Amino acid sequence: MNPEPVAGARPATPSPIELIRNGIFAENPVFKLALSLCPAVAVTTTVLNGLIMGVAVLAVQVLSSVTVAIAKDLIHPKVRIPVYTIIIAVWVSAIDMVMAAFAPALYAQVGLYIKLIVAFAIIISRLEVFASRHPVWPSFWDGFGMGLGFLLALLAIGVVRELLGAGSIAGVSIVPFKPLLFFALPAGGFFTIALLMALFNAIELRRSGGRMHSSMESGHGH
Amino acid sequence: MATDPKQAQTSGCEGCALLSGSPPADCSSGGCTGAKPNEPAGGRGPLLMALALAALLTALLAGAAIMLLRAAGVAHADTVAPRIVTAHVAPPDAIALRFSVLPGDLSPSNFRITPADAPDLPIPIVAVEPGEGGRVQVRVGASLSRQEGYRVSVRDPALDWEVRPSQWSVLLGIFLASALIQNFVFTRYLGLCIFFGVSKRRDTSLGMGVTFTAVMVLNGMVAWAIDTFVLRPLDLGFLQVLVFIGTVAFMVQFLDTMLRKTHASLHQRFGLYLMLITTNCIILAVPLLNAQAASGPLESFMLAIGSGLGFALALFLMSCARERAELARVPRPFQGLPIAFALAGLFALAFMGFSGLDFFR
Repeated sequence: MNPEPVAGARPATPSPIELIRNGIFAENPVFKLALSLCPAVAVTTTVLNGLIMGVAVLAVQVLSSVTVAIAKDLIHPKVRIPVYTIIIAVWVSAIDMVMAAFAPALYAQVGLYIKLIVAFAIIISRLEVFASRHPVWPSFWDGFGMGLGFLLALLAIGVVRELLGAGSIAGVSIVPFKPLLFFALPAGGFFTIALLMALFNAIELRRSGGRMHSSMESGHGH
Repeated sequence: MATDPKQAQTSGCEGCALLSGSPPADCSSGGCTGAKPNEPAGGRGPLLMALALAALLTALLAGAAIMLLRAAGVAHADTVAPRIVTAHVAPPDAIALRFSVLPGDLSPSNFRITPADAPDLPIPIVAVEPGEGGRVQVRVGASLSRQEGYRVSVRDPALDWEVRPSQWSVLLGIFLASALIQNFVFTRYLGLCIFFGVSKRRDTSLGMGVTFTAVMVLNGMVAWAIDTFVLRPLDLGFLQVLVFIGTVAFMVQFLDTMLRKTHASLHQRFGLYLMLITTNCIILAVPLLNAQAASGPLESFMLAIGSGLGFALALFLMSCARERAELARVPRPFQGLPIAFALAGLFALAFMGFSGLDFFR
């Protein structure tokens, strides 16, 4: 499920700052690991939609990481994946209801995708790779870092798409016209991600002197 | 007034019963009873022929009687009051009505059109254009669809008519919408992870597409049953996510075991894909969408099979394109996933062309 066996190579208890930086840069869920792309394209037509989705994922990731870290001794290894799924489903239901209660207007637009967080590969893979092997506190920071990386990636895509598609950022008009309406359309989402990924790759290529990140080359999805 | 055509129909049926009743009565009283003892035991053929002929004649007579009575009913109503004979949606923005006789007031304010499921939200009427033979076109300031139901009412004289979509058009509409117009991958962005993961080779993508469609239909129906018979009556809607993901996991496990025990070769081919399905949003989305729309069994089935085939189509198209892209000289930063995303973007652009698709225009 998860492509890189980093967990073993890592020191036993990395510091919170390292974990957060890891989530945002080295293992950014969207741009680096290419995990959980569905919402990344689907809800990022505006910055606000991206924000609410990112916050939901962040909350679910942190809560389920902590739950698994606490309960990891009680979970039999053979049934761990179904148990993780149920833990995630419980937290998703909770977050879903909270969002529906406190942000009904935004929820109406992204509701389906919030329910679908339950099937996100990024969350279950962090549970499998990190939270099931580390104590509560590092698991919290790992979940926080991953969620934050996801949130920032969604915000980046959302900013590009809303600015180009609607000429505004978070509903605040920046330019008085719509520069490229195309980017607000479904197809534009795919192109935005393609361009941003290529940008990340180009930066990395330049910094590493021509060596490509292996996960990008293989294009493993899931 | 809406009951009028029904009345015409019931009176027509009475006529038919009357007509069909009389020939057998004649037969039993006269010829038939007399002829029966004289018939040889083996001579059933002519009798059957006669019966069939009688039945045919009766049916013809009954049909003619119904037509006559209907015409009479219409002619009768003509002299009394106007009523709506038929009404249907005339896309893109009109409803065509046929009155038995035109109502006196043909101003837009005399008409009222609402969606069938929202009787409090009238659709603004732009113009009412009378035509020949009691036909009236009511133009509205919104686009109407043949797959939606509408309620048409006239204030003076008080008339009411419901424009219902035909069941087949609704089902076909759901199928087309889920397969092409609202393609799960290209317009709803669901199942992207697996879409980019397995669309590298054509044969894998075909296998995946077949497996997905099968599981989606099975799971969609099971989830529909659970939602309709368990969750909804018990008011447990908040458990949707939990129950549906459990259903998917159970379904996949069940199919995996079944296939391994019964069709080992099939399992060898499709088993791997089956396990990938468990944590996939596209499978989970079908029951969630069905539950959201509270659809019936046929609608759920159509949505499931439509989305499954749409996903399979998307996978197949994408794998063809990606096999080509591997041979192309792609700039280095774009190699791998970025070019795949750009390809998907192009496909999404092409699929936008389906957005106006309507077979019932």
